Amino acid sequence: MTTAHDLGQPLMTPLAVADPGGLIQSVDWVAVAPPLIAALAALAVLVADLFLPEARKRLLGWLSAAGLLAALAALIPLVGDTRSTFCFKSPGGGCSYTADHFALAFQLLVLGGALLTVLLSLHAVEEDALPGGEYWFLLLSSACGAALLPAARDLATLVIALEVATLPAFALVGLRRDGRGAESALKFFLSSVTATAVMLLGVSFVYAAAGTIQLQGVADGLAHAPGQLKPLAEAGAVLTLVGFAFKAAAVPFHFWVPDTYVGAPLPVAGYLSVVGKAAGLSGLALVTTVAFRPYGHTWGLVLAVLAALTMTVGNAAALRQRTDTRHGAVRLLAWSSVGQAGYLLVPLAAAGYAGSDGPLGATVAYALIYGLVNLGAFGVVALVGGSGRLDGFRGLAGRNRWAAFALAFFLLCLAGLPPGVVGLFGKVVVFRSAVDAGLGWLAVVMAVNVVIALAYYLKWTALLFAPAETESESEPASGSAPAPEAPGPRRVPAPLTAALSLAAAGAVVLSVAPQLVLRVVSGSLF
Amino acid sequence: MNAVLIALLALPLLGAALTLAPIGDRRALHLGTAVTGATLLLAVALAAGFDHDDPSRMQAVTDVSWIPALDVRLHLGTDGISLPLLVLTALLTFLCALYSVKKLPAGPGGRAFTGLLLLLETGMLATFAVLDLVLFFLAFEIVLIPMYFLIARWGSGKKTAAANRFILYTLLGSAVMLLGFLLIGVKAGTFDMVELADAHGSGLSHTTQLIAALAILIGLAVKAPAWPLHSWLPDAHTAAPTAGSVLLAGVMLKMGTYGLVRVLLPVVPDGTATFAPYLGAFAAVGIVYGSLACLALARPGAKGDLKRLIAYSSVGHMGFVLLGIASLTPTGLNGALFANIAHGLITGLLFFVVGAVKDRYGTADLDTLAGATGAALYGRAPRIGALLAFAAVASLGLPGLAGFWGELLAMYGAFDPAAGLSRPAFVTYMALAGLGTLLTAGYLLVVVKRVCMGDPEQPAPVTELPDLKGYEAASWTPLAALTLLAGLWPALLLGLSDPAVKHLLGGG
Repeated sequence: MTTAHDLGQPLMTPLAVADPGGLIQSVDWVAVAPPLIAALAALAVLVADLFLPEARKRLLGWLSAAGLLAALAALIPLVGDTRSTFCFKSPGGGCSYTADHFALAFQLLVLGGALLTVLLSLHAVEEDALPGGEYWFLLLSSACGAALLPAARDLATLVIALEVATLPAFALVGLRRDGRGAESALKFFLSSVTATAVMLLGVSFVYAAAGTIQLQGVADGLAHAPGQLKPLAEAGAVLTLVGFAFKAAAVPFHFWVPDTYVGAPLPVAGYLSVVGKAAGLSGLALVTTVAFRPYGHTWGLVLAVLAALTMTVGNAAALRQRTDTRHGAVRLLAWSSVGQAGYLLVPLAAAGYAGSDGPLGATVAYALIYGLVNLGAFGVVALVGGSGRLDGFRGLAGRNRWAAFALAFFLLCLAGLPPGVVGLFGKVVVFRSAVDAGLGWLAVVMAVNVVIALAYYLKWTALLFAPAETESESEPASGSAPAPEAPGPRRVPAPLTAALSLAAAGAVVLSVAPQLVLRVVSGSLF
Repeated sequence: MNAVLIALLALPLLGAALTLAPIGDRRALHLGTAVTGATLLLAVALAAGFDHDDPSRMQAVTDVSWIPALDVRLHLGTDGISLPLLVLTALLTFLCALYSVKKLPAGPGGRAFTGLLLLLETGMLATFAVLDLVLFFLAFEIVLIPMYFLIARWGSGKKTAAANRFILYTLLGSAVMLLGFLLIGVKAGTFDMVELADAHGSGLSHTTQLIAALAILIGLAVKAPAWPLHSWLPDAHTAAPTAGSVLLAGVMLKMGTYGLVRVLLPVVPDGTATFAPYLGAFAAVGIVYGSLACLALARPGAKGDLKRLIAYSSVGHMGFVLLGIASLTPTGLNGALFANIAHGLITGLLFFVVGAVKDRYGTADLDTLAGATGAALYGRAPRIGALLAFAAVASLGLPGLAGFWGELLAMYGAFDPAAGLSRPAFVTYMALAGLGTLLTAGYLLVVVKRVCMGDPEQPAPVTELPDLKGYEAASWTPLAALTLLAGLWPALLLGLSDPAVKHLLGGG
């Protein structure tokens, strides 16, 4: 934040000012509290790690949870009005940090998602013998960056926030010190760094063309850019979009997803699928609807094509997952998250066509719903454990009724079919944004995709309630047919139960009262 | 009154939630009977409290805001069109629950079965009771998961494939239908069915009406099902357990035709008028196609499955309903609504009887059943044989039974279609439908001959063939009695539907 400020300040104000007091900024600490608390908690965990004996490292996890809870609580006073800080005093200069409805909704998603991840991780950290202090520190840092991102209102802050969110994630993926973890981390790192480099190039082009890094200023600057700078500005816009599309795992920048998710510790995979994606999407939304507003029709079309491709590729690949591959469950969730990213892009594309930020509410609502139920699904996968084959879920209802019900509910929410009512309404608002903007073809593509997605979600759901292995009527697994995994009735760790209950209760409540989340659809976000 | 309608929807949902608690399978089945029985009583109370002098008015109305962000309201109500369907749904579900207490199909147990059955009932009742397009879509979707599991877990034969086909096909249809609804909602600014129906398409441009009508028509035609979108139906019916088949044919197909009458016709009248001739053509083809398929299945040596045959006959019968709707006349619509109810009663009965035959023989394969001369149910199990013959005769439209009036009125409607529709085309459809009735009579009589008649002494696949049992009599008699009643006293239903239909068409 300060970096951005320092960078912008000399441009806008003359060095000698009549009123030196005007240079002293008053920072609205309440507005910046949510990411700040997460950052402080990260530092606290890192320091506490030095002094805590090995036996009590468990406390670090709870400390992280408390920190995130505090950060969530810090959102409450911000509800209802828009507060900005780190503002430029010069006329026409905007603010670098704005806590408006858009930012709050995404911060809720990011911090809530991180909290659920912490609850899911408490057990995994012990089981996989992950280094406690580092794990929690990295997770909190990443969450801090992801929480900062939706409130950022200049390109520099955006890039920094995105890097703060992403860099710790590489380490998190590689924390499980086995070959697979290292490979996925490297894959994730290399492709991500490339995307960042491309995006930085794009940002510099845009800066050159518009003369400012303020998002609002960029919009004005692009609208009045001299003719010879147009190609530069357009190239810059495209390159910037590529960077964010990569983080949101939009096709064709999605290929890192399945391997990274499989190699990462399970809670981290869940974290990436929700918080990582939310970060990319919020950045994409800000850059497109605010900064590149003058090019609405161009990126609207690009995003619409991206959305159609993303959902089709993701769902088709998920459909092809076999039930007997190792880590099939995570792979399926990974591909399904690619498909879901496609749905999330639809309202963004609609915003380009509509020329307003109205449709964005649908993305926010859908992202909140998706985040909740997707983390819930990852939680049940973590609970079941084993090799993560889909076959391992066969007959789960007989072994652990409530886990099976919860997973079935989450999957049906993702599919958007009652009893997962909230998922259905999430889809309805996305469809509505597309129809409203006149993107009929995209709505039809999405309708077909919803059906494809149902096929694999339902296959998994049906497996949960299938009779145990012996009476299966499905064709026998080819190759080295694995023995059915029947993990005995082991005690479910309390934090995992808490996370699952939280997610399930949230989804049920939202199913009964969808207005709680859909309210973001009506009314202005910015 | 409106409390009754709310309770009608809430009670099965509550019952379904109760089955999540660890209660025994037997107790769950009894709970299911009790809940569906109470729901039926509520439906009867609703019908009794209904103001029969003014059936075109929405009664028992509840209208509260649910999701203001989407402008979705919990708007419930019933009129002369939906009331008979509500009662039919409650009745058929109750009979299925009653039947299942004694005769639970092989599967994972009674508790899950009851839970799914009750959830299914909630969705079906809600479809007929809601007056908001988004809620209608929601109710449309609620039935999918329970029916999927009923087929996939309690069915027989290629049940998983059939269940998958059923749900994917239907979902694709309803997703497209949702797009149509959203288009209407976006352009008209409301999802309220009553408001939209009263507006009669004013405020919607012709293009909007065309696109919306096409999308909604496709979605509902899959459900109804209209030829050529029917191909999920035979598999689903063949694989489903008896209760599933009864509800699938008896109620769920009606959700499609009800939607056509309730949504398509009044909300996008211009679009409907454009597509009505095509709908009529598909209906006429469906009638002939269904009958020919049945004739082929009924042939000796065709290895025809009786349940499959009845499923194809449903395609034909629903063709009459669609033809009546496509005529856009009060007569045709009344006929369609009457045929809806009649088909629910008769086909429900047919599936019950055939299911019982299948349970006794272990197969519904017509060739195996019939052997060389015929299964001779008249001789070996006379009561079941008589009921099967009764249902078959009712199905072929014998005057005096329920099947007659609906199809007659539908054809009459097609003979004199609404102004603006091509008379020659519709007269052709009517002629095709007439041919269809002949073919229908043909295959049903072949079935009666091959199943009911024959030599009782010939070697049969099973030696023991118990006749009608108490629980079977209890669950089938109401259907037979109502078939007779509706046939002898059609005014009972037509009096309800006629004013409401005229109101929908903008005449009354």
